Amino acid sequence: MITVKNVDKIFGDNHVLKNVSATFEAGRTNMIIGASGSGKTVLMKSIIGLHRIEHGRIEYDGRNLPDMRMSEIRRLRREVGMLFQGSALFDSLSVLENVMYPLEMFAETTKEEMKERAVSCLRRVNLPEHSYKLAPSEISGGMQKRVAIARAIALQPKYLFCDEPNSGLDPKTSLIIDQLINEITREFNMTTIINSHDMNSVMEIGEKIIFINKGEKAWEGTKEEIFHADNEDLNDFVFASELYKKVKKANQ
Amino acid sequence: MKIIHETGKYVLLMKRVLVAPDRWRMFFRQFPKELEKLGLNSMPIVIIISVFIGAIMTIQTKLNTENPMLPTYSTGLVTRDTLLLEFSSTILCLILAGKIGSNIASEIGTMRITEQIDALEIMGVNSANYLILPKVVAFVVMMPFLVIFSMAIGLVGGYAVGMFSDIISTADYLLGIQYAFIPYYVFYSLIKSLFFAFIIASVASYYGYYAYGGALDVGKASTNAVVNSSILILFFNILITNIMLN
Ligand SMILES: Nc1ncnc2c1ncn2[C@@H]1O[C@H](COP(=O)(O)OP(=O)(O)OP(=O)(O)O)[C@@H](O)[C@H]1O
Ligand SMILES: [Mg+2]
Repeated sequence: MITVKNVDKIFGDNHVLKNVSATFEAGRTNMIIGASGSGKTVLMKSIIGLHRIEHGRIEYDGRNLPDMRMSEIRRLRREVGMLFQGSALFDSLSVLENVMYPLEMFAETTKEEMKERAVSCLRRVNLPEHSYKLAPSEISGGMQKRVAIARAIALQPKYLFCDEPNSGLDPKTSLIIDQLINEITREFNMTTIINSHDMNSVMEIGEKIIFINKGEKAWEGTKEEIFHADNEDLNDFVFASELYKKVKKANQ
Repeated sequence: MKIIHETGKYVLLMKRVLVAPDRWRMFFRQFPKELEKLGLNSMPIVIIISVFIGAIMTIQTKLNTENPMLPTYSTGLVTRDTLLLEFSSTILCLILAGKIGSNIASEIGTMRITEQIDALEIMGVNSANYLILPKVVAFVVMMPFLVIFSMAIGLVGGYAVGMFSDIISTADYLLGIQYAFIPYYVFYSLIKSLFFAFIIASVASYYGYYAYGGALDVGKASTNAVVNSSILILFFNILITNIMLN
């Protein structure tokens, strides 16, 4: 479980996060939603400590990240996996090497065992075997996301962060990636946090949803509740598309 | 104010870079690649520039000192000392600042804007150390070889003038480049070049590491890297020369 309390983040004169508090539970997919530029990525990177926050608490099962020294943060991060908005695979390494990288850096096993583990992660995300030797630039965006998921789960993290896991993917591939993240979350009982501005994902896998508007937490609830919320900004966001306007009508 | 801020940021970055790697195995996997990329791959440009500068310097010196009072060996001597003292260290490093500096800054800058550096940090890797240390060490290790190489090739360039034209005789030239040779000059040049190599690799890494934005910003980072490392080289050239040759 991750608890965020009264977090503020300022870049220069840009006050990006304003007093955000939230709880993210284990074994379920927690979603942060909001318009582009609302501060979702900054919130996520602040939770992991890639950005130093101005003040507030970020507790990983009781351990407060802002109190930690760099060496302690590094140790905590070995329990964390992250999927980046643009996949962030290492260009200079092959697909298999990308997944092996965290193992080589931190696992105390033999090279053979590392390879086995990497291959089993790649199988778990259904990546075809012939692509293991390819460079990240040689595979499609959807496959890159799969490799990134495999790399993120290689060290069996307790916490998984996904920044817009389906940006740039077609609806069908998006769905598959969403479901994959959802399954893995249950399988390993991880605390998963997903950033998204895609309502389809929200309806598919959002169990707990936090809506960020201009750096403030404006609403929180479940996907069942989201259609009945009376928050105006949230409604603007959710019902931006005709499809969801119709869904709302049908529900009434 | 900005200079102080940037210098502080640079020093803090170097504090993270200059520590023992988490995994030596990973360091030694990167290190040979960097030796090749930064060192060996710079050989062609070092050869081309050195041979031509050696030749042109010989021609210019000879043509501009047409004076029967000067001994015949003076052209060779001037060419040699210019190569040894300034060209093969300072000027060569200014040229390499362009090639290597932009290469390093754009490589690390691209990793920054595509979140590859964040990905390393998330894994708990000291990304500064993992990415920058092998580059800095490799370039500092290769630099003396590049310098010695440039000196030798530069002298060959001058010799070629004697062979292929009648501006100067090879005998005069050979006498000149051996006359009153001061080995300390080579030492001085090598020491300078080590500092320059460190400046080029670390300053370029700094600009790449702190790039923020898109592809255009990576371009800016690499321009900044080249300009600022060149200025630092010129500044340290004066400083070290004052200390070592005074
Ligand atoms: N490293 C940084 N330095 C300065 N400002 C930043 C930095 N990162 C983000 N910002 C600013 O913070 C604000 C929020 O950006 P953020 O990337 O969190 O948006 P987002 O909600 O993730 O949007 P998107 O859906 O487009 O990814 C923006 O105004 C951005 O310019
Ligand atoms: Mg974002």
